[in-house]
Amino acid sequence: MLKRTALYAAHVDAGGRMVDFGGWEMPLHYGSQIREHHAVRREAGVFDVSHMRVLDVTGADGGALLRELLSADVDRRAPGQAMYSCMLDERGGVLDDLIVYRQPSAALPYRLILNAATADRDLQWMRRRAAQGARQVGLAARQDLAILAVQGPGALAALVRAQPSIAATAASLAVFHCACDGPRFVARTGYTGEDGYEIVVPEAEVHTLWQKLLDSGARACGLGARDTLRLEAGMSLYGQDLDQSVTPLEAGLAWTVDLQPGHEFVGRGELERQLARGGLRQMLGLVLLERGVLRAHQVVQTVHGEGLVTSGTFSPTLQVSIALARLPAGPAPGDSVEVQLRGRSAAARIVKPRFVRHGRALVPAGLAQAQVPT
Amino acid sequence: MNVPDELKYTDSHEWVRWESDGSATVGITDFAQESLGDLVFVELPAVGRDVTEGQACAVVESVKAASDVYAPISGKVVAVNERLAEHPESINADAFGAWLFRLQPAQAGAHPRLLDAPQYAGQVEQHK
Repeated sequence: MLKRTALYAAHVDAGGRMVDFGGWEMPLHYGSQIREHHAVRREAGVFDVSHMRVLDVTGADGGALLRELLSADVDRRAPGQAMYSCMLDERGGVLDDLIVYRQPSAALPYRLILNAATADRDLQWMRRRAAQGARQVGLAARQDLAILAVQGPGALAALVRAQPSIAATAASLAVFHCACDGPRFVARTGYTGEDGYEIVVPEAEVHTLWQKLLDSGARACGLGARDTLRLEAGMSLYGQDLDQSVTPLEAGLAWTVDLQPGHEFVGRGELERQLARGGLRQMLGLVLLERGVLRAHQVVQTVHGEGLVTSGTFSPTLQVSIALARLPAGPAPGDSVEVQLRGRSAAARIVKPRFVRHGRALVPAGLAQAQVPT
Repeated sequence: MNVPDELKYTDSHEWVRWESDGSATVGITDFAQESLGDLVFVELPAVGRDVTEGQACAVVESVKAASDVYAPISGKVVAVNERLAEHPESINADAFGAWLFRLQPAQAGAHPRLLDAPQYAGQVEQHK
């Protein structure tokens, strides 16, 4: 039996094509994922992401636990700031990627948002680690909360029309910061490469907020658009671009790893060994130069050896196929490679792993097929 | 679900319209386009090519997956819908209007393996 968010009936009423996502029955799209994708790049879209798990970390030792479990260092973030990080196992393998919010007031807990498919495993792991040593830590999984992501250049305007109180809080936020408005939590973060907000509210309020956002011109967007948007923005998807078999260093996430002296964290030793050994694989972007669609698990031939596509799609904004790929050391942006598509070999160009941000193409002119500002 | 009565069907979700000149126009069903999602590429067979019933002879590709389209009957490709190259999404908008290719059958007479509308609709319901 699949789990359902509080908005399940609303999704079905809106024409949602419901699919199994990590054990949850979620809307893939409401008619056209391409149309939903364009709505986010050009105006505003709203996503129900309540399948993700809100976890509040309380207690005097909460911060210390997070410093120990996460690759990035929460102590180096100011109150009100968000932090994207990996959580690693003892071998440096990625258990999950997540955002931690250090709330503006020390009286409020650290808030984590965990991926739906890994939330149970993450919690078990964190509980086990928290129990080691006499520590004052509380880990509260907040099943009473719902999460909406409002994304796009028109996100704030839609919020202003829909819910002025939340909008006022949102308007006060710098990028990658968070604040509370009573029992509601607002963060200027997202998974699309556009401006926008992730809003956590008591479950009893989410239906009204959802409807008001739709009435205010935000388009309902499903998981299909969520995937094409995040891939264009160069953002990883756990389970595809990242999993326990890779460390952040081979997943393009070295920037989330804080190796300053004094930051002892689970998996640090293996990362240091990897750096000493060198020859690490790298995450790069691919743009297909022919007709076709790049997809996960396709083999990439480079002059330095074979690599693998981890995520691929047809980019609605650029009108070409793009992908993230794990390649050997050696290849670099500008190089040409061959990808084994369905029954044929096709030429692709290596680019930096970030294709679109704020509606603008980041790939070299000529690779995109659409007329997109660069 | 839309399953026009006047068409014939295959269990691989192609539809067939018998034209007055004896040729067969072929497309994919509404169920197929809905399963695939937004289409981004269509690969059509070359005009003049001979195909065998059940042979993969075209490809429709969406963001989600690439899917083979199978020849519902044996015959020769006499026309393809050129418009699909620029507008693959027209299949999503109108699966029974956006035809893929037209075949001149290799053999005249009945094609008993083709399904009629109620048979196809029944099969789809069973798989849901």
